[in-house]
Amino acid sequence: MTTNKLDHLYETFEILDDWEERYRVIIDLGRHLPPMDEALKTEETKVRGCLSQVWMVTRVSDDDPVRYEIIADSDAHIVKGLIAILLMAYSGKTLDEIRSVDIDAVFEKLGLDQHLSPNRRNGFYSMVERIRTLSAVT
Amino acid sequence: MNSATRIEQPESAAAAPDLTLDVERIRNDFPILKQTVHGKPLAYLDNAASAQKPQAVIDAISEAASTCYANIHRGVHRLSELSTSAHEAAREKARAFLNAASAKEIVFVRNATEGINLVASSFGGHVLHKDDEILITHMEHHSNIVPWQLLCEKTGARLVVAPVTDEGELDMLAFGDRITSRTRMIAVNHVSNALGTINPVKRIIGLAHAQAIPVLLDGAQAAPHMAIDVQDLDCDFYVFSGHKVFGPCVGVLYGKKDHLEAMPPYMGGGDMILSVSFEKTLFNDIPYKFEAGTPDILGAIGLGAALDYVQSIGLDRIAAREQDLLRYATETLSAIPGLKIVGTAAEKAAVVSFVIDGIHPHDIGTILDREGVAVRTGHHCTQPLMDRFNVPATARASMAFYNTHDEIGRLASAIQKTIRMFA
Repeated sequence: MTTNKLDHLYETFEILDDWEERYRVIIDLGRHLPPMDEALKTEETKVRGCLSQVWMVTRVSDDDPVRYEIIADSDAHIVKGLIAILLMAYSGKTLDEIRSVDIDAVFEKLGLDQHLSPNRRNGFYSMVERIRTLSAVT
Repeated sequence: MNSATRIEQPESAAAAPDLTLDVERIRNDFPILKQTVHGKPLAYLDNAASAQKPQAVIDAISEAASTCYANIHRGVHRLSELSTSAHEAAREKARAFLNAASAKEIVFVRNATEGINLVASSFGGHVLHKDDEILITHMEHHSNIVPWQLLCEKTGARLVVAPVTDEGELDMLAFGDRITSRTRMIAVNHVSNALGTINPVKRIIGLAHAQAIPVLLDGAQAAPHMAIDVQDLDCDFYVFSGHKVFGPCVGVLYGKKDHLEAMPPYMGGGDMILSVSFEKTLFNDIPYKFEAGTPDILGAIGLGAALDYVQSIGLDRIAAREQDLLRYATETLSAIPGLKIVGTAAEKAAVVSFVIDGIHPHDIGTILDREGVAVRTGHHCTQPLMDRFNVPATARASMAFYNTHDEIGRLASAIQKTIRMFA
């Protein structure tokens, strides 16, 4: 189901050849990101970044204990949208599935790879790094 | 394009010095300004972070690397002699740029940050003791905060911070109050990187010297924009970064001769010694005492070319041009509903920091980038200042003399587009 969401997004992006329209979609995805409980936004869950703030929690799914859920939020709209895309790729998956995600390929396909470059120094990049670390060590 | 004509002054104003600039010709000196970004012409408004390089600088580095490069100060061979002369000529250019009394007072460092660290560690470590006070301001860059904090940890001295008004000006009354019998060092930025505020540094130095307190000025944001005369200012230390003055990444530390001579070395290594034995090492004279190891030789030569270039235009012209850009940018951006300029001091360099209701600076920067407009978004390494103004970050447009009204217009249109997209 999550893959379908990504496929759907690829299709949408293909139809929209204007960057402005694509960013509007990202902003909209951000607006529809499931809200994160304010109580979860703590110093521990904060992913530090120079530009914008990101909070992220990963936890084992209640419905299916081998799957992981990611709950995240940001104070920047576009970053929220990027988080929504990240969740399409990662959330609700098993560790094996998380490991097999080629997130660089996903963002490249969407023409958003610049947001994954380390010099962006934003919380979003650190968030991706954190997910990668999580799946690598567990 | 038409911006050159816009600032042109009438021929009849003969009595006043001619401060006009041929902007179109000047833009041709900077190859990078012809770049396109995301298919749009680049509008580079991030000069406070780092400035672009004119062809003269690129050529000087390339020429030196092609014809006269070798390590300096120790070879007797021809190339080493040439390289040493070029390197020391750059030191003389830096001396002239700051109007220092002697080239011995010019120490090459990596950047302004290293200059401050050198002074904090070597001079500060020498003169500061437990319960002494170091006075800084609330608008310092992290590089003029953290080195002093490290020094406080080492010596037991205390960091005292002078407040900033809502306009982003230094509260001079409060500043005066914070000078006590325990104050041993004052470190202040000449121009604020985040707000553009030009600080009344001469007054500050007057107050400090009345109590025999030495003053370090962080000139990273001042050197590209105005003529600096360290003898007239009478500051004890002055630092600036070459890369912000259209040159490579080489920094300059000016220090009064007496201070530099009294200070212990900062780093040990080659070139900073007279003789070394396992029993006792004798240090070289200033400024070499502070220049351990092979320096950035080509960088220094490039910096010399950059300072020549800036002088050839004239800092008075540069300042006049930039004040015009600042006025235009302030007017244009102030007219945008929902936009608030952070830092409205009476005396400012060409920096406009702003926030927009409901839109994170990161979002602003991302959309502006798509429009080919390069600005900085973030806390600008001034987190305490951001906290002071209750913002997590700002977007900052910082102009250089090569920027145009047209580019500021494009900035304004891109901001308006951003506001529409997030509406």
